[in-house]
Amino acid sequence: MIARITAAVRLWFAPERIREEGTTPDYRFSLANERTFLAWIRTALALVAGGIAVDQFLTGLRWAARTTVAIVLLAGAVACAFRAVHQWVRVERAMRRGEDLPASRFPAVLATATAGAAVLVIAVVVLGWAGR
Amino acid sequence: MSGNGRTRVTFPPRDPGAQPERTWFAWRRTTLSFVVVVALAARVALVERSALAVVAAACGALAWLAMLRVTQRRIRALSRAQPEAMGAAEVRGTLLSVLALIVVGVILL
Repeated sequence: MIARITAAVRLWFAPERIREEGTTPDYRFSLANERTFLAWIRTALALVAGGIAVDQFLTGLRWAARTTVAIVLLAGAVACAFRAVHQWVRVERAMRRGEDLPASRFPAVLATATAGAAVLVIAVVVLGWAGR
Repeated sequence: MSGNGRTRVTFPPRDPGAQPERTWFAWRRTTLSFVVVVALAARVALVERSALAVVAAACGALAWLAMLRVTQRRIRALSRAQPEAMGAAEVRGTLLSVLALIVVGVILL
């Protein structure tokens, strides 16, 4: 388990090493993988924008509530950025080895967290908990 | 493109799925999204007028320049026929630029 994690982390910072194994797939598949990577990067950027915007514009909320929401969004951005690289490396390696593409729980986790956050915000706004 | 006296222009063989072009636009969209965040950071610096906020916003702008450099490099590579997969420099450059921007976001809280 720990060996697998360190191997993955090493690949994040030295992704050129995946070229050492397997055969180069059709360039269009690699480009599709690259666009998915960029879409995750944009998701991370959107979360950063959300974090800054919450702190700047939701001035009706108490400081603690505002900062907590902003930090959760920024932490989500870190997760999305690493996930972008992690999944790109895994898919690229699977394509080079001719394996099935790796399945991942991350999209489901992100979707659940987004839905949960939306419900929470509705509750806070309707019940007026977070006012000054 | 028959030779009826005009100058011949040679294009790389076109991919019917326009994959390189779509990837090119994906990079452009990403740098544009980056600008939105840098603009938000600049607004914070203008509103708060503290030295820390100004320095943080400037760091965000530098991170955007780094991202722009990576994008330009990649777009140049994508304009060749049958471009190679994205390399380590692009992955690392993008990841570090985004992480730098997240740190800027944390500083601005």
